[in-house]
Amino acid sequence: MKNVLEYLESSTISFPNKVAFTDENSSITYKNFTKQAKAIGSYLSKLQVKSSPIAVYMDKSIENLEAFIGVVYSGNFYVVIDSQMPTDRINTIFKTLSPIAVITDQKCEEKAKLLEFDGQLFLFEDAMNADVDEAKLKAIRAKSIDTDLLYALFTSGSTGIPKGAVICHKSVITYTEWVKEAFNIDETTVFGNQTPLYFSMSVLDIFSTIRNAATLHIIPKKLFSFPVKLLEYMNERKINTIYWVPSALCIIANWKALDYVPLPFLNKVLFAGEVMPTKQLNYWISHIPKALFANLYGPTEITDICTYYIVNRKFSDDEPLPIGNACNNCDVMVINNDGKEAKLGEEGELCVRGSFLASGYYNNPQKTAESFIQNPINPYYPELIYKTGDLVKYNDLGELLYITRKDFQIKHMGYRIELGEIEIAASSLEKIAACACIYDERQDKIVLIYEGHGLNNQTIIDGIKYKIPNYMHPNKYIHVKQMPHNQNGKIDRVWLKNNYQTIDK
Amino acid sequence: MEKLLVIMQEIKPGVDFKKENNLIENCILDSLDIVTLVTEICDEYDIEITPLDVVPENFQSAETIYKLITRLQNED
Repeated sequence: MKNVLEYLESSTISFPNKVAFTDENSSITYKNFTKQAKAIGSYLSKLQVKSSPIAVYMDKSIENLEAFIGVVYSGNFYVVIDSQMPTDRINTIFKTLSPIAVITDQKCEEKAKLLEFDGQLFLFEDAMNADVDEAKLKAIRAKSIDTDLLYALFTSGSTGIPKGAVICHKSVITYTEWVKEAFNIDETTVFGNQTPLYFSMSVLDIFSTIRNAATLHIIPKKLFSFPVKLLEYMNERKINTIYWVPSALCIIANWKALDYVPLPFLNKVLFAGEVMPTKQLNYWISHIPKALFANLYGPTEITDICTYYIVNRKFSDDEPLPIGNACNNCDVMVINNDGKEAKLGEEGELCVRGSFLASGYYNNPQKTAESFIQNPINPYYPELIYKTGDLVKYNDLGELLYITRKDFQIKHMGYRIELGEIEIAASSLEKIAACACIYDERQDKIVLIYEGHGLNNQTIIDGIKYKIPNYMHPNKYIHVKQMPHNQNGKIDRVWLKNNYQTIDK
Repeated sequence: MEKLLVIMQEIKPGVDFKKENNLIENCILDSLDIVTLVTEICDEYDIEITPLDVVPENFQSAETIYKLITRLQNED
C-alpha cells in the first residue's frame, strides 16, 4: 500500500452505496464520492504537474472533502485554507507556498480573487463536472510513491509567520492503521466531526472514515451554540464516535446538557489539542460510564498524535490526566537538557521518531532544521526525530505526564514553576468554566485569567491556597466574561499574554 | 429591553442589535458568546435559563431574546 486512495477505492468496492460523508445539507455515498474526486482529479491533471501544492479555499462541506481527494488523484498535495482566514494572512502563506492552483467555489470566489499568487484559480463547480479520465489517473498513480506529499497544514509559528507542516501518504497510512487498531474503528463507526479541516485532528476523522468504510457526519458549527440541538443532531444520526477539542466537550459539560439529552449511541469519546479539564471530563464519564474515553496527544508535525491514554481509573477534579504511552509503530523519547534520555521521573522534552513524522516545513529549511533533528541517541546513521517543545515525565505507573510547553516553564522568585500546574489547580475549583495562566516576564508577574459565574478573585485565592504552594500563587487575577479562543478553538494564550492588561478593568 | 441591548453590546461591540434579526445564521454570536450572554442575562434579570431554552428560535434577535426573558420572568 502506498497511497491513501487505496483506502477509498477498497471501501468503495465493498460498500458502494453506503453513506461516506454528510453535512448539514446533503450526504454522499462512497461510489459517488469517489466519482466526484476522480472528476476533479482528471480536471486538475490538465495542469501537467505533480507533487505541487494546490490550495483548497472553500467552506467546510462535503465538497471541500471532494476537492481534497480530487487533488490527491491529480498527483499533487492539497493545502487546507480556512475560508474565514483574513486575506493578508493567506497571502503571507502563499508567499511561502506559491500554490500552482487554488480551488474555490462560487460562494468563496469573490474573496478568492483577492488572493495574491501566480497559479491558476479553478472553480469547484467546473472541476466536479469534468469527465473522468481513468487512463490518466492510472498513469499518475503508477508513478506515485508513499513518501509523496499528501497535504500541508499551516500552523501559526511563535514569530507570527505561519509554518506549513507537510505530511506524506506513508505518515497518514501508518497513523490511520494505528487509529483502527487502538480504537477498533470499522464500518459500524459513525463519526461526528467537530474540528475544522485546517486542524490536524480532522485527519483522524477523514482518513479513518475512508480506511474503514465508516460514516462521517460534519456537525454544523452553529449547533455548538445550542447544546440540546447538538445532542439531538448526534442522536438523529446515531453518532457513536467523537474526536473533539476539550473546549467543545466543556461546552456540553458546562451547560450540563447531558442531564437533558442522553447520548445512547455514543461509545467512544476521544479528545486532543489542549489539556482536558478533569472536572468536565468527570461530568461526561458520569453520564456515559460505558463509553471509552481517551486522551490523545501530539502536534501537527507528527500527523496528529504520538501518545494516548485510555481512561481506566478514576481521577479527582484536580488530578491531571496522563498522556499515556506511545502509539504502536511510533516511538517517543524524553530528552533532558544534556541531550540524553531522561531517567524515570526526570523531566525532559518529548521527542518523537517514526513514520508519523512530517516531512518538514514546506519551503522553510531553517525552521525544519530547528525542530527535525538527528536523533541524539543515534550517531550511527541518519534518523530524524521531531522535538515537540513540550516538557513531560513518566509517573510511577510508567505513563507520560504532560507538564507544560517548554516556553511556559518559568522562573519566578527563584522557583521553577509550571504554569499548567496553576491552571489545573484553578480549573478544579467549583464554578470555574475555563482559565489560563500566563507569565509576564517584563513585570515578573504570574497572571491568572478565569471565566466563571459567581466568582471573584478572593474565591480563587481561597480555593487554590490548599492546592499549590505560595510561591506559585498568581500575582494578578483577571475575571473575564469570556476567554478568547484562537481559530482552532483553543484558549488563545498568545493573545492573552500580549493583551491581558487591556482586559483588566 | 435597553438593559438587554447594553449587555449584548458589551459582548459584541459594533453590532446594531436593534436591527440585526439573524444573529445565528449571520454568525454574529458564536457558542462562547451565547454562554456569556445567557450567564449575564440570568444575573441581570434574576432568572434561570436551562439548556432547553437555549435554542436558535430564542436567539435570532434582541427581540426574541427579550421575549424569552419576559416569559421566564412570568413563569417565576
